[in-house]
Amino acid sequence: MANPFSVSRSTQENLTILALDGFLDAHTAPEFENAIQRELDGGHIQLIVDCSKLTYISSAGLGVFMGFIEELRERGGDIKICALSPKVHQVFEILGFPALYDILDDVPATVQRFSDSPVKQV
Amino acid sequence: MSFEQAFTLDVPSTTQNLALIRDFVNRISAQAGFDADEMAKLELAVDEACANVIEHAYENEQGKQVMVRASFDGEVLRITVVDTGKGFDPSGVHQADLKELAEKRRTGGLGMRLIQSLMDEVHYEIGPGNKNELQMVKRLRKPGA
Repeated sequence: MANPFSVSRSTQENLTILALDGFLDAHTAPEFENAIQRELDGGHIQLIVDCSKLTYISSAGLGVFMGFIEELRERGGDIKICALSPKVHQVFEILGFPALYDILDDVPATVQRFSDSPVKQV
Repeated sequence: MSFEQAFTLDVPSTTQNLALIRDFVNRISAQAGFDADEMAKLELAVDEACANVIEHAYENEQGKQVMVRASFDGEVLRITVVDTGKGFDPSGVHQADLKELAEKRRTGGLGMRLIQSLMDEVHYEIGPGNKNELQMVKRLRKPGA
C-alpha cells in the first residue's frame, strides 16, 4: 500500500520548507507534528508549509498548526502556508485560519512574505 | 414513488480506518448525486465525527467498533455514526475563537465546529456505555435551485 502521507524537507537560506504529500488526518497528523517539532528542536523557526500535494486535511491536521504557532511567534518565527488546493483551502476558511496565518499561492511568494513580514501580526 | 437506500460500514475503531470510512462516504455521496464540493464536506464531517468517537468516546481504547450508517431517499442523505463509548455533549464543547485556542495551545473543539458548519443538520443522542448516535443530514441541491 502506498504511503498515505509524507513530509519532505528542504531549505532556502534561513527558511525551512516542509512539503506535505497525501492526506493529513488524525492518523497521519502525528507525523506532521513530529516534523515540526524536529525543526523547533533544531532552532529552525521560519517554516514554510508547501501544501501543493496535500490532498485532504481534517481538524487533526489543522490542530498541528495551532499547537506550534504561538511558540514559534514568541521566538520570532512563524509558519506560513502556501499552495492550498481549493478543497483544502475551504477547510482553512471555515475555521478562520486566514486571519491567523499568512496563506499564499506558492513557495516563492511565501519566501517573499517572510522577507516582508517575518512574523504575521494578528 | 420514493425509495430509500441504506448502507452500513462497521470497522475497528482506529484512526488508520478513517481513510476507509472516507472512501465509503465518498462512494455513497457520489452515487447520490452530490457535487464535488458537497462530497468534500460530507467526507470531512464524517471523518471528524469518527475521529471524535475514536479519541473521545473510546479514548483510543483497543477492541472497539465504530459504525457508519448512511441512508438516501433521493433528496436527503442521512449519515449516522454509532458508538458504544462514554459519549459526550457536543454543545458543551467550549466554542473558543481560533486566536484563543492558539494562545492556549489547545487543539480541541475544532472537529465539532467543522461538523456544524459542513452539514445541514446535526442531531446527537447520548446513551453512555450503551449506544451514542450522531446523525448528520445533507440535502441534495437540485440544479437551478
